Amino acid sequence: MKILVCISNVPDTTTKIKFTNNGTSFDKTDVQWIINPWDELALTRAMDIKDASGGAIESVTVINVGLADSEPTIRKALAIGADKGIRINAEPKDSYFVAAQLAEVLKKESFDIILCGIESSDFNSSCTGGMLSELLDVPSVSSVSFLNIENGQVKIKREIDGGNESVSTSVPFVGIVQKGIAIEPRIPSMRGIMSARTKPLQVFEPVQVDALVEYVNYELPQPKSACKKIEPENVKELVNLLHNEAKLI
Amino acid sequence: MSVLVFTENWDGKFKKLSFELISYANEIAKKLNTSVTALSIGKVEEEELKKLGNYGADKIISANDDRLKGLNNQAYTSIINQAVAKESATLIIFANNSTGKAVAPRLSAKLKAGLVSAVIALPSNLEPFTITKKVYSAKAFANIIIKTPVRIITLFQNSFGIIESPVNATIENFKPELKDSDLKTEIVEVSKHAGKLLLTDAEIVVSGGRGMKGPENWGTIEELATLLGAATACSRPVSDEGWRPHEEHTGQTGKVIAPNLYIACGISGAIQHLAGISSSKCIVAINKDKDAPIFEAADYGIIGDVMKVLPDLINAVKELKASA
Ligand SMILES: Cc1cc2nc3c(=O)[nH]c(=O)nc-3n(C[C@H](O)[C@H](O)[C@H](O)COP(=O)(O)OP(=O)(O)OC[C@H]3O[C@@H](n4cnc5c(N)ncnc54)[C@H](O)[C@@H]3O)c2cc1C
Ligand SMILES: Nc1ncnc2c1ncn2[C@@H]1O[C@H](COP(=O)(O)O)[C@@H](O)[C@H]1O
Repeated sequence: MKILVCISNVPDTTTKIKFTNNGTSFDKTDVQWIINPWDELALTRAMDIKDASGGAIESVTVINVGLADSEPTIRKALAIGADKGIRINAEPKDSYFVAAQLAEVLKKESFDIILCGIESSDFNSSCTGGMLSELLDVPSVSSVSFLNIENGQVKIKREIDGGNESVSTSVPFVGIVQKGIAIEPRIPSMRGIMSARTKPLQVFEPVQVDALVEYVNYELPQPKSACKKIEPENVKELVNLLHNEAKLI
Repeated sequence: MSVLVFTENWDGKFKKLSFELISYANEIAKKLNTSVTALSIGKVEEEELKKLGNYGADKIISANDDRLKGLNNQAYTSIINQAVAKESATLIIFANNSTGKAVAPRLSAKLKAGLVSAVIALPSNLEPFTITKKVYSAKAFANIIIKTPVRIITLFQNSFGIIESPVNATIENFKPELKDSDLKTEIVEVSKHAGKLLLTDAEIVVSGGRGMKGPENWGTIEELATLLGAATACSRPVSDEGWRPHEEHTGQTGKVIAPNLYIACGISGAIQHLAGISSSKCIVAINKDKDAPIFEAADYGIIGDVMKVLPDLINAVKELKASA
């Protein structure tokens, strides 16, 4: 079996977000780039499954739609343990554009398990995985919090309100992962970092795809009005405020 | 032309979420001079379906098929797609919950209809259709145009509210076709812990962080939550340490919630935590460090020892409830 993990290259989660060109483009100055946290956990789980599979999982590949500046992020995924990287050389325009580019490559290269994160921390769309599965006409299992291969069978658990469900699916399928899939991301070892340099990173040119939506501009939230401080001896006042002023309790 | 709303039920009942969606759809439909159709999948009694009319659903189409016991993304997408065709819908609205996130993107790709997820307000313009969502994990807003003639949106919870606007809704049985190829996933087992108020449904949430020191101190959090009819939540390290169950973890890598009131006890307010709670209408912070970043996000704050403040707060709420 072959696993593919779709990885998005996103600003570090602590980045102070700024825009340029009248709020029409994201300011990349001084930004550190990372593997989208969900995708890093998906990759961690994929590696754990491969390591425990006794050879049943042939390979783990990572794929990214992005320009050359996302290569350090792909290399990091290779350092974590992925066997191969693919980059589709295009600036993501919207989730549909990304999904369509991914689908195009996946029509040529087949994988049994395709993993996406529940959302990217920049666009927060929660779209790519679902769109990709539809374009490939394969099942999607969303909210995946557990994934394993047991006796050649894919075992999946999916979070639902107040519990979880075990789901069986045919392969290939797209698994859209969320909390629980792995707890801590795998840290690249020294050996991993060394070998990442020589692992294959294939670059494909994009196909012509029209985005369905257009990001017009961005705004920063209004600064919040100052926090009203209440003395710790005076907890009653807080309760009064919540009751009379905010009318919440 | 019509606005189609996917309304989800839980064991045959709708939640406030669905009423909010219909209210929102009704507001847009008025501007577009068109009607609102609600689609319901699964077994729901007529009495319950009728409730959707209270918020402005002109027509309710109900698809009940034994093969659809749980969420099957492909099958749901196929049914919704058939409803879109039947109703000539040009705007399709989902909740931005796990079901909406699972199905709306599939529908978008199927119809080549532009999708904007987690929108937080009415469209600012109808032509071109322009709408706002949060991006960069709640650190910014983006204004987005949907360029296609058919449009799909998912609405972020608790961002619009519920508005009554009663109409006499017509109810119609809807019998979409399902192919075997739509049924490639199957739910083999369900495990549910019954009874607990769900974090994502709660109007008030009481949450604890590492400042609570250990699981043995959660009694006060739970007592306060019970008094307020609130759900309990926690920061990520708290669930990572196993002090609290994982489903309570809020933040960028946990649940994103938007209650009316969020009470943060011993939580520093790291940016990744705020990403999950900053849409709360009102935030109360209790922290002994006056410089904790949570106070920048909070509306009300107490600088103090949570071990002392929480029992006092419980007593004060009890007094209030007793006097009411
Ligand atoms: C990729 C990534 C994703 C992440 N995702 C999330 C996420 O989804 N959710 C999340 O919560 N975190 C997340 N984090 C972790 C986040 O960065 C913080 O480490 C975490 O939120 C801190 O949790 P905390 O506030 O409970 O603990 P701490 O930061 O340790 O804060 C404890 C607070 O309690 C106060 N305190 C201590 N004792 C008392 C007392 N007696 N009375 C009153 N106050 C007291 C302290 O002053 C302090 O402010 C993520 C991190 C990364 C890198
Ligand atoms: N540019 C990209 N290249 C590869 N995969 C991506 C890209 N953008 C998003 N994804 C995948 O889609 C998931 C959801 O992203 P989004 O739909 O943007 O919220 C991410 O967690 C990734 O797995």
